Amino acid sequence: METFDIIFYLFALITVGSACIVVFSKNIVYAAFSLLFTFFGVAGLYVLLQADFLAVTQVLVYVGGILTLLLFGVMLTNKVISVDMKTGTLHAVPAMILAAVVFGSLAGLFYATWSGVTAPASSIISTARPIGEMLMTGYALPFEVASVILLVAMIGAAFMARRPKKL
Amino acid sequence: MKEFLLNILQNETLVYTLMAIIPLIWVIPFALFAVWWERKISAHMQDRLGPMRTGWHGSVQTIADILKLILKEDIVPTAADSTLFKLAPYIVFGGAYAAYAVIPFSAAFTGSEINIGLFYFISISSVVVVGLLMAGWASNNKFSLYGALRSAAQIVSYEIPVALALLTVVMVAGTFDLQAINHAQSGMFWHWFVFQKFPFLFFALIIYFTASLAEVNRTPFDIPEAESELVGGYHTEYSGMRFALLFLSEYSNMFAVSAIATTLFFGGWNSPFGDVLGGPWWGAFWFLTKGMTFIFVQMWLRWTLPRLRVDQLMYVGWKVLIPFSFVLIVGVGVWMLAVR
Repeated sequence: METFDIIFYLFALITVGSACIVVFSKNIVYAAFSLLFTFFGVAGLYVLLQADFLAVTQVLVYVGGILTLLLFGVMLTNKVISVDMKTGTLHAVPAMILAAVVFGSLAGLFYATWSGVTAPASSIISTARPIGEMLMTGYALPFEVASVILLVAMIGAAFMARRPKKL
Repeated sequence: MKEFLLNILQNETLVYTLMAIIPLIWVIPFALFAVWWERKISAHMQDRLGPMRTGWHGSVQTIADILKLILKEDIVPTAADSTLFKLAPYIVFGGAYAAYAVIPFSAAFTGSEINIGLFYFISISSVVVVGLLMAGWASNNKFSLYGALRSAAQIVSYEIPVALALLTVVMVAGTFDLQAINHAQSGMFWHWFVFQKFPFLFFALIIYFTASLAEVNRTPFDIPEAESELVGGYHTEYSGMRFALLFLSEYSNMFAVSAIATTLFFGGWNSPFGDVLGGPWWGAFWFLTKGMTFIFVQMWLRWTLPRLRVDQLMYVGWKVLIPFSFVLIVGVGVWMLAVR
């Protein structure tokens, strides 16, 4: 086994192991914190696929933004209001059917398109410049639409969070 | 450096491990002595002497302190969540130390020569936030939790002006690669980016430095650990080596942001006089000297400015620094289009 494989399995183990904690942990805070390792592991897998820009963006957006906000929400509800939030099992049969369908279709897609492992290229090519160029040329419209949607969401959130004006 | 080590040791794994450990040789003595400098600088600014007893002018005071911390009992509060409580300092220090992977100490040494070094630096600081939240929550203490929440809110807000101010430099240099940014500033000191596109990049430095103070929880933005309100913030419950680890990561963060300011605006390892006193060893000397100058400014500000209130902090971040950094980006962009 080469170093590359060892590192791949290490990151895969981190990702899958922590994702299992996210799913099976009864304590919602543990679940939120193990998401850190899941996101980190996925970023590591991106690095192994030589998508360095994507990996760093993954850490910036998911760890820096989404996870922090999630933890904020969990902590403010769990400790400050002192309600024990636990996750339990509800609707086991429909959930199992749905999970089986999703897993089956993903596995089917994987085996239909799988063509063996290709060795990683020896030199690392910079991906930042091509991604930037594509966002400014071919994909300018989707990029701008996404930013407008985010802006609308932000304005909406700020509007809802405001205290209603006293009449 | 990597090739040199590979030639001697002939073992890739060993070389990469060594490369990962080398910044620690700087970080640990730095943190030890920075505590002493902080105490001496504050003392002299207030017309006191500060530590004087242990060694020459108290110079080995912090070594005595760290020995005390090592010998202390490691207390985990009964009501604390012990798993997360024990894990948190490692995550905080891991995040802080991970930033050193891309810091170019010299022309010959960078831990990792990735070409998106600056972007990596901005994103990896968010791991520290999760560690702080973990420490604050697991302590099961309202002061710790408030400190952690304040710290997270502050770091998340001030990440934006930091990233925007650094983006102006990226626009001028045309790369995220910190070594390439260093090479772009070679020559006499007026080639440094702080003097380029005057005054846009100069103001970018001011914005970056202000926001980075908030990111490393230094005064005037130290509300997460405001002693007068919150005891010690997120590290209230920590003692012994775990406390030392949290402190070490705080000081290593201080140097990391100073190192980025040095690299982006003050030529990094470039000598101020062109090729005079250049080369890898002098490069390391210049880099560390410039970095320590920023450390001194951070300590100087701490004993000069009063602490901000939470709402003032948010005001400065969102309504002053962010709009001005957008102005700087547009300004630099227009300049680059006009003078082509």
